[in-house]
Amino acid sequence: MSASDQPHIAVQNLSVTARGRDGGTITLVSDIDFTLRRGEVLALIGESGSGKTTIALTLMGYARPGATIASGSIRVGDRDVRALAPHDLAALRGNRVAYIAQSAAAAFNPSRTLMDQVIEPALIHGLMPRAEAETKAIALFRALALPSPESIGARYPHQLSGGQLQRLMAAMALITDPELVILDEPTTALDVTTQIDVLRAFKSVIRQQGASAVYVSHDLAVVAQMADQILVLNKGRICEQGTAGQVLHQPADSYTRTLMAAARPDLRPAPPAPTTAPAPLLEVRGLSAGYGGTGGKAGNGAPVLRDINLAITPGAALGIIGESGCGKSTLARVIAGLLPPATGDVLLDGKLLPGGMAARSKDQLRDVQLVFQNADTALNPAHDVFTVLARPLAFYHGITGAAARRRVAELIDLIRLPAGVIAQRCTALSGGQKQRINLARALAAQPRLILCDEVTSALDTVVGAAIIDLLAELRRDLGLAYMFISHDISTVRALCDDIVVLYAGQMVEAGPRAGFATAPFHPYSALLTGSVPQMRAGWLEQCASAPVLPAIGPASDDPALCRFLPRCAQRRDGLCNRLPPPRQTLAKGSRILCHLGDAELASAPVKPEGACA
Amino acid sequence: MSGAVLPSALARARRLALSGRIGLALMLFWLVVAIIGPFIAPYPPGAFVAMEVFEGFSARHWLGTDYLGRDVLSRLLSGTRFTVGLAAGAALLASASGTALALTASLGGRWADEILSRLMDTLISIPSKIFALVLIAALGSSIPLLLLIAAVTYVPGNYRIARALATNLAEMDYVQVARVRGESRRYIALQEMLPNMLQPLAADLGLRFVFIVLMLSGLSFLGLGVQPPDADLGSLVRENVSGVAEGAPAVLMPALAIATLTVGVNLLIDALGLSESKR
Repeated sequence: MSASDQPHIAVQNLSVTARGRDGGTITLVSDIDFTLRRGEVLALIGESGSGKTTIALTLMGYARPGATIASGSIRVGDRDVRALAPHDLAALRGNRVAYIAQSAAAAFNPSRTLMDQVIEPALIHGLMPRAEAETKAIALFRALALPSPESIGARYPHQLSGGQLQRLMAAMALITDPELVILDEPTTALDVTTQIDVLRAFKSVIRQQGASAVYVSHDLAVVAQMADQILVLNKGRICEQGTAGQVLHQPADSYTRTLMAAARPDLRPAPPAPTTAPAPLLEVRGLSAGYGGTGGKAGNGAPVLRDINLAITPGAALGIIGESGCGKSTLARVIAGLLPPATGDVLLDGKLLPGGMAARSKDQLRDVQLVFQNADTALNPAHDVFTVLARPLAFYHGITGAAARRRVAELIDLIRLPAGVIAQRCTALSGGQKQRINLARALAAQPRLILCDEVTSALDTVVGAAIIDLLAELRRDLGLAYMFISHDISTVRALCDDIVVLYAGQMVEAGPRAGFATAPFHPYSALLTGSVPQMRAGWLEQCASAPVLPAIGPASDDPALCRFLPRCAQRRDGLCNRLPPPRQTLAKGSRILCHLGDAELASAPVKPEGACA
Repeated sequence: MSGAVLPSALARARRLALSGRIGLALMLFWLVVAIIGPFIAPYPPGAFVAMEVFEGFSARHWLGTDYLGRDVLSRLLSGTRFTVGLAAGAALLASASGTALALTASLGGRWADEILSRLMDTLISIPSKIFALVLIAALGSSIPLLLLIAAVTYVPGNYRIARALATNLAEMDYVQVARVRGESRRYIALQEMLPNMLQPLAADLGLRFVFIVLMLSGLSFLGLGVQPPDADLGSLVRENVSGVAEGAPAVLMPALAIATLTVGVNLLIDALGLSESKR
């Protein structure tokens, strides 16, 4: 095809426009120029709405409904994409240019086997017979480190995890040997421990195939692992463009520096601790909970939460961290009274809180407010901001009329929004504004404890960092206590004094945040901290291969055995698979649920599964 | 509040597709006829004004005369009120009670839901025409009874739709937030859930209105609907049915009235649904 010195992908002066509701023209992206040599990876980064995906899609000659590619030239290999007829475009897509979407779970058809879907592009484009395509797919499954590559194709999407589906989606994209792969936030929806496996698989396979790639992401640390070139976008325009090392280490643009700062938040200073240890505001003792009537004890289901013990003093911030499905949100629901616990107690001010919220007094309800993860669904689309904020005022405090209007204005001021939003519908606000209103609604109750369930997870890093700042500020000014739930350890570390690590419903490690900066860790905490991508190229390579887990005999059927056993890189045969782990305190002050003590954990090299080997 | 409704309704009407505007115009026309019809009728609806039966269009009788020599235009203008009024009343009654029951079911716990849903299943399993015929045979036809029959017949359908909407909404985060706040079920149903159900329920209301117009016309055609000397649109078709052979306006015009009314409402509903999904 093209000569080696000629760029493989060349985009010049690209702009994409859309028609607005009032009939005017809105420019989505403009003045986009970049070139990419064969085999290189280009990263497009920016906040949501910056035009990343729009640009990536134009490489397939596609603009989303309502939008049009207004000007510019797009060349992929020797083809001018804009000049192609619809028929030729169809031959290009899914064949020469492949696309990997953010949510593989939503991209697969639940009623067809995975093999059928993975080889579909090859069959549609008539590239090879079915048998050959299946052989090739199995080779790709193996290259992508999927379990049992020979038989995994016979399964259905619901039988696999999100990380596995994401890799299968890569297999689907690569089956046609594309010359360009577009990856649109492919790991954003995954846990960090899964993300590292997927990134590693993507990187090696793309390199093997010699394809060029465009990687769309908002996470600079992930981009640092994948990209040769980086394009920083802001509001549809290029802010900065250069090689990965250049952009990451000597960012020239102020916006890039903002992104970098938001990606790795500073620790927000904690308010000075009181001299005498105060009585805990909230205490959780021996709590177990689960779904399905009997607290998850019926049938074969294990309870979602087991033996949780924690305390939050007035004005303190406790972080809860763990991967999806570990029971973080369930814990918040139990404390809020949405889900009565199966066993154990929740105490507020030393007094027992009734399990169900129907039995709680209005003051008890008011003291503990829950802020949901997704502000889009947590605010009623039929209400305006005033209605949302005035209701808790009227409900808990009987404030109505002029007093309510005054108080709502104060609240809006407190969360740093302009007074103009008060009259607006919740649907008219941006994601960050919605999350602030969501928070203001909890503040309107004048609570003493706010349960924040992944409040920054759905937001861009810059917007999320602003919310964390606001939370830290409110805590200082109002003396609020938080239980801050997140899957992102850097966010938790930035805000919280104490951190609890949950794994499969158990507290595996709990301690002050300083303890999470220094080894030794519980093996799972080590895996978790070791899996957070670092903002330097080559980090992924250093963590090159998943370590071999020590062989152990069959586990006994004691349900109290360590839940992390199947993934633990430091497990001991005859100990971990026989006896339930004890709780013990490490020298650094953290309590862990593990057989191994300071000496053993420290002597083992920091070798969490998946992370640096 | 009401000050804001009118401009926003006008703005929405302007956004409608052409078919929706035609539907809206037809519906408004029949609404106006229903309200002012009896006052602008040239003759009393029951008066025998012509010697000739099944007359054609003329300057004296714009829409001709019926099988007894009465003025068709006057009878149509008076009859529309029964059809539109009965159908609108019954549709509103059916939607209001169906939605109220659905909200009760979705928030009232498992047993309330179970009992109400099975009750509605029972009701829906009775063929509606037979149900109407039996009740009319037992109690005699009267306007309140017709209203009640039409309403009861269409409650289960509305209940099913409203319950499906409510069960989805009950799981929304903002409803959970209200529950954690300690709000009463009444508040949650009326303030948090109902406003988000109104759009689809309005479409459902229109659909039920059309069904009820057709059902009442059918009953009237069988002679079991509105009783003489009053006549709704269905009765007008029935009493003049012998004029079909000569193509008399007396039978065609009321039939056309029913058609334009139902088609108009349907067009409007479709266009509303379309403009909603576009947003």
